[in-house]
Amino acid sequence: MFSAAMAAILVSMAMLLVRAVQGPTVFDRVLSVNSFGTKTVLLIAVLGFLSGRPAFLDLALVYALMNFISTIAVLKFSRFGRLGQGHSKLEGQPMAES
Amino acid sequence: MIDPGPIDTGLIDIVLLAFLVAITFAIIRLRDLFGAVMLTGIFSLISAGLFMVLDAVDVAFTEAAVGAGISTILMLRTLALTETRSNPRYNRLELMPLLVVVLTGAALVYGTFDMPRFGDPEAPIHQYMAPRFIEQSGEEIGVPNIVTSVLASYRGYDTFGETTVIFTAAIGVFLLLGGPRRGLRAGDALRNDIILRIGAKALIPFIMVFALYVQFHGDYGPGGGFQAGVIFAAAIVLYTLVFGFAKAQKIFRRRPLELAVAGGVLLYGSVGLTSMALGANFLDYSPLAHDSVHGQHRGILLVELGVGVTVAAVMVALFFLFVRRRQV
Amino acid sequence: MNNVLDLISWMCLLSGSFFALVSSLAVLRLPDFYNRVHGAGITDTVGAGLILLGLAFQAGFSLISFKLALVLVFMVLTGPTASHALAKAAYRLGLEPVVSHQKEDPTSAA
Repeated sequence: MFSAAMAAILVSMAMLLVRAVQGPTVFDRVLSVNSFGTKTVLLIAVLGFLSGRPAFLDLALVYALMNFISTIAVLKFSRFGRLGQGHSKLEGQPMAES
Repeated sequence: MIDPGPIDTGLIDIVLLAFLVAITFAIIRLRDLFGAVMLTGIFSLISAGLFMVLDAVDVAFTEAAVGAGISTILMLRTLALTETRSNPRYNRLELMPLLVVVLTGAALVYGTFDMPRFGDPEAPIHQYMAPRFIEQSGEEIGVPNIVTSVLASYRGYDTFGETTVIFTAAIGVFLLLGGPRRGLRAGDALRNDIILRIGAKALIPFIMVFALYVQFHGDYGPGGGFQAGVIFAAAIVLYTLVFGFAKAQKIFRRRPLELAVAGGVLLYGSVGLTSMALGANFLDYSPLAHDSVHGQHRGILLVELGVGVTVAAVMVALFFLFVRRRQV
Repeated sequence: MNNVLDLISWMCLLSGSFFALVSSLAVLRLPDFYNRVHGAGITDTVGAGLILLGLAFQAGFSLISFKLALVLVFMVLTGPTASHALAKAAYRLGLEPVVSHQKEDPTSAA
């Protein structure tokens, strides 16, 4: 039963990887990484139960945290408007005023 | 009611390792450096998953905290300050370096044939120190987490060295990047986003408490000084990201940060010197309390605290240094 | 009673895995970034919720369930926030959502 969940999570991770490599815009990549992080948290939780060591849950909690902070950091640190040449759809788009 | 016992993790290993290989190829091929950094974030996550499958929870913990969080953030900040597409001049195929790499790699792989098989109980590492630590740790030190007892007590001197390395690295970065800089240019798309602010306000205290939990729970479960320091720094990073660098600087001023960076290492060394003053060897915690086991507990507590303080302060200081540098 | 708990746990785990799969499939296959954000949000809430709930049923009423509940609260709090931040940043920085293109109606006046 845990193995089925594990297999499903691994398959979804593979799908997200494809999107991360493919994703035409940079936001797609960020989205895939964020979602991958969430799946990893679930993977750790299920793995912990599979191997009978629920102490891994601390690890899952840390991942959930780090995943979130990294995503916010990515969004804050990337000057998409200025750096968007050639690898996203944002070429030539003016950066919105906030 | 939890399913006990080990399972055959072979398939999971193979899948995770395959992921790693795929991601590595993607990282090499991507000329968009920003995407490459995101993929290294995923690489760290999968590595931590692999460590977990190998039952190395403390290592997975540290990999999660450092690799998936702080490293990615610092690399992204560096990218924001420099280039984001790799220079095509460096992407040509060069035969000589390729030959050198292939030969060295082949020599290394050949060298591994002589190593004992993975998990072999007859391997030297399982014959001398490891059994002694595992058998004696309960009586001599009495903390359930053997990793902590080895890290902080049996090999406390090595950990002291590691903490000093972190300290020295921080000094190096301070020298290179420090000094007065003008502030950040204003404005990005998420400024004053109310949902982020509320979410951050709810989360940051929790993260800090969790960091303290990891710090002091390291005796019983996965955790310890390094991990706790990184998690605490992550809370401060989140605050800076959401509320702005100016506010963060007011709270975490430069001088106390610098003092904390040095203070942790100083604490660690002082414990060792105190041990010497009380008649034992350097970093032998036995004389620190009324009996040897309690002395060990006290020693480990103080030492881990020192590590945690230094790591947290270094991470925060490095982050501030990067953020303070003006956009080119 | 144990069997009932096991059965509930089974069902939660299986449906959670199903939603996780659907979510990733959405991220892979949907045509536009904003659609994909919707898809990814499924994992953070329903997918994680069901899987963690299923695990909690296995663990019974203990510290482990408490930690699982914590992880769940965390993900429910941070997942949608991250999706929101991502979509907002993308929109503010100029990424336009794809709107449906009306096909030319051959009977309309040319």
